[in-house]
Amino acid sequence: MPGLEDLYREIILDHYRNPRNKGELVTPPAHRTEGMNPLCGDEISVYLVVDGSGPDAIVTNISIGGQGCSISQSSASMMTTAVKGRSVSEARKTIKAFKSMMSIHDDGSEPHDHEVEAQPIKLGDLEALRGVVKFPVRIKCATLAWNTMAQGLDEVDTETL
Amino acid sequence: MTARHCSFSAAKVREDFPIFSRLINDKRIVYLDSANSTQKPQQVIDSMTHFLEHDYAPINRSAYRMAAEATDLYEGARTKVRHFIGANSDAEVIFTKNATESMNLIVWSWGKANLGAGDSIVLTHMEHHANVVPWQMLAAEKGFEIRWIPLTSDGRLDLSTLDTLLDGAKALSFTAMSNVLGTINPVAQMSDAAHRAGAISIVDACQSVPHQATDVVALGADLMAFSSHKMCGPTGIGILWGREALLDEMPPFMGGGSMISDVKLTGFTTAPLPQKFEAGTPSITEAIGLGAAVDYISALGMDNIRQHEIELTRYALCSLKDRFGDDIVIHGPTDVEVRGATLSFAFKDVHPHDLSQVLDESNVYVRAGHHCAKPLMRELGAGATARASFYIYNDEADVDALGDALSHVSDVFAY
Repeated sequence: MPGLEDLYREIILDHYRNPRNKGELVTPPAHRTEGMNPLCGDEISVYLVVDGSGPDAIVTNISIGGQGCSISQSSASMMTTAVKGRSVSEARKTIKAFKSMMSIHDDGSEPHDHEVEAQPIKLGDLEALRGVVKFPVRIKCATLAWNTMAQGLDEVDTETL
Repeated sequence: MTARHCSFSAAKVREDFPIFSRLINDKRIVYLDSANSTQKPQQVIDSMTHFLEHDYAPINRSAYRMAAEATDLYEGARTKVRHFIGANSDAEVIFTKNATESMNLIVWSWGKANLGAGDSIVLTHMEHHANVVPWQMLAAEKGFEIRWIPLTSDGRLDLSTLDTLLDGAKALSFTAMSNVLGTINPVAQMSDAAHRAGAISIVDACQSVPHQATDVVALGADLMAFSSHKMCGPTGIGILWGREALLDEMPPFMGGGSMISDVKLTGFTTAPLPQKFEAGTPSITEAIGLGAAVDYISALGMDNIRQHEIELTRYALCSLKDRFGDDIVIHGPTDVEVRGATLSFAFKDVHPHDLSQVLDESNVYVRAGHHCAKPLMRELGAGATARASFYIYNDEADVDALGDALSHVSDVFAY
């Protein structure tokens, strides 16, 4: 039986209390995407500033608006630090690696432990969220910001075509 | 009203509910989510098991002995519900899948036949989505106006402009008791106001029927929806009550078997009430269980249940305030005479999802979320609340367990 210590790791509570890259950005130049967790009603906004186009474009700035629980807010905060300054391609790989850690495989493939190793994306602090998998109803909290960012990156792609 | 002691004890009631003998991590379950769905007593479980083991047969269609017996048992459940709510005849009691289907039946039968462009209906800011979304769906098709009764700062309906809102309206549809705030609304007074304005009165009674005596005639409503699973009965069956003359005027909702008296290539004629609104094979076993649930809570006494919940709510409001002061904000009225035992609250700045997660560690089960009432959540300025709701099997020890678990929340999220 998983315990609370699996969920509320110190680093998660730190990102919850002191969220990084929090607040609204001016649109444009930033692109705003809203995400919602219909289960609990949490609403967040992901603001993206992307320089360039295509997979080599750089996420020069990212910020999070809205509110949520400790899991959704800390996951969003850690996500911003993981992708800020990285390329869109790296951001997408990080999304895939994070969702894989959450046991979500968008391409429909069965989970393989070696899959993440084959794509060496370092999740760093985000590893602290691994315990969320033991609490299935909270996976939606942890992935809210990530799904919203993925949608935002798609929208930015379409706009710059 | 002077306080008096109930003639039943929650501890004794708990003995009837096998689920409460379950231990999780060697600790008992503190079930505080009865506004969502209640647990089931052995009597209800046994009634359904017995029916399935000895009496099961399809109803209404066949001439053989067991089919006739099963039909009698199904109709017997209807009669129990009829007496339980003071309805005038069995024809007025329609079995549906759940209260949400009852509300949809009202909207797509009565609403579709009676509402068009230029018409209006009146809802309130404290409605469950089941009394909002079906109306919005029909309004998108028909173009009628939806007006809203606002709230006072202590979570009651602001009825000061009710007559103005009802002016020209064709229906007033509202909850008898808020599933979030616990507020008990003055159903009879509001039904009177609706009738004075020439509107019908539609009542979502999901949260009131399980917790206090109901007399549909005294309430003055025209249509009323409630559910079985919130009153110790099984899921899969809900109830629509309506005034017989009104139900007679309403067109059928779903078409199919059982609801017709004749079908030709050129059309059909409907069966008399209540079959007119019960298309297809109904939830027979569940109806038997609902009948047993009605017997069970009736035996406890609906006035006793109400009194038990008043006393428990008073204790909860006092003890949680004593323990946590301004760290806890309990929404809704503070007067226990005008509220039910459903307490939505904010605790410090801990998100309800986190709060319920920590409470789960102590087997204290509360609902965290928007409670299917997002317009109300926005009015409270919250995306979500935590909600503890009490019933016949809860007592002061459960309130204390909630308090102890909340202290633990403070520890985990100490800044």
